[in-house]
Amino acid sequence: MLRTRVIPTLLLRKQCLVKTERFSKFRYIGDPCNTVRIFNELEVDELLFLDILATQEDRGPDLPILRDIADECFMPLGYGGGIRSLDDAKRVFDIGFEKVAINSAALAKPELIADIAARYGSQAIIVSIDVSKRMLGGYTVRSISGKHDTRRDPIAWSIEAERQGAGEILLTSIDREGTWKGFDLELVRAVADSVSIPVIAHGGAGAVSHVHQVVDESHASAVALGSMVVFQRPGMGVLVNFPEELRLCPVTG
Amino acid sequence: MLIGIVDYGMGNLGSMLNMFKRIGKEAATVSSPDDILAVQKLVLPGVGSFDAAMERINAIQGLRDALTEQALTRKIPVLGVCLGMQLLTRSSEEGSLPGLAWVPATTVRFPRQAGLKVPHMGWNNAVPQMPNQLTDIADVDLRFYFVHSYYVRTDCPSHSLMRTHYGVSFDSAICRDNIYGVQFHPEKSHRFGMQRF
Repeated sequence: MLRTRVIPTLLLRKQCLVKTERFSKFRYIGDPCNTVRIFNELEVDELLFLDILATQEDRGPDLPILRDIADECFMPLGYGGGIRSLDDAKRVFDIGFEKVAINSAALAKPELIADIAARYGSQAIIVSIDVSKRMLGGYTVRSISGKHDTRRDPIAWSIEAERQGAGEILLTSIDREGTWKGFDLELVRAVADSVSIPVIAHGGAGAVSHVHQVVDESHASAVALGSMVVFQRPGMGVLVNFPEELRLCPVTG
Repeated sequence: MLIGIVDYGMGNLGSMLNMFKRIGKEAATVSSPDDILAVQKLVLPGVGSFDAAMERINAIQGLRDALTEQALTRKIPVLGVCLGMQLLTRSSEEGSLPGLAWVPATTVRFPRQAGLKVPHMGWNNAVPQMPNQLTDIADVDLRFYFVHSYYVRTDCPSHSLMRTHYGVSFDSAICRDNIYGVQFHPEKSHRFGMQRF
């Protein structure tokens, strides 16, 4: 039986790992390579790295760090941040990552999804979508690490991303990110039920029950965990960990 | 040199090299026919689409002949991984170009059925079908990382080494004489994959 993928998602900022809350309040977690070594020992399903400054600084991926990470890892690896062209993606694939996530560049140039999919296959491309609630109800897609409101509807954009050849969608709730309050079940279900590609739910996980909930009730194919795998408890110190109950977590479907 | 990882511009070579380095086996990427003819074992990796991969293999002068010489005449051990496994078959529903056809099998798409997300992506079990050096291990719970939208269907069950269930039951590892193929990514499957090498 296929198992639900539970993906520790680590945020890179100035060559360090940090954890954010609602895309701000940066807390230092540690050195990327040391942290990766721990996750490798824990035999986690998959790892995802997001460089949250690359697009804002208008630069490509920090290749030396990614190379060090890939040397340590014997699990599937994804990377997002500052990938603006097929060449940027190629450099990341060549290092040993098998997936790239694109966000702002895909919104600006949806054909980039198709270009990467044509060359590396759909399974290699994650379209990352950051979503926040509108003041007057409904949702909007935000780009550039949440700084810019694109005024696009997350469902319509997800459908377009799938049509362009995306293999997966990383759906992040900005309002829930780093809060430990649980996933935005309504948002995840709306997107997961609108596309046929896997949706990775991200933002808000604070307990094992949240993970089961978003898979069972909102039809997420996978979950991304941040705070839960780098902190002891809310408001407590750094502790790189992986909840034993989520290991070999069976999936529906 | 012992192990050559064929570099035809379509593989995830970095992670494969890392894995061999970790288990202490001498391996290097090979791309010219001469280099390919010099190794004792071959790994055919592959990420991407079937036709793009075959086009590249066919485009490099002498590459296909060198591979065929090693695989079918000298009969050195060959391992196809993921798309590299699918290339061992005659054809794929993903493309129109013929494959290498070293194993009597075809590559087909997962059925379009409700609730079955394609690609098949994630960790799944593989059930050994026969004793073999790839399957002969003590683990009761063999799990590997998969990511693919097409799968291999052997003509003859005797070429099936391991089977996996996802919507349908399919051949996740195959073998014909010295030719091996695995649909999963052993280089991305922690110790489960390391043991395979």
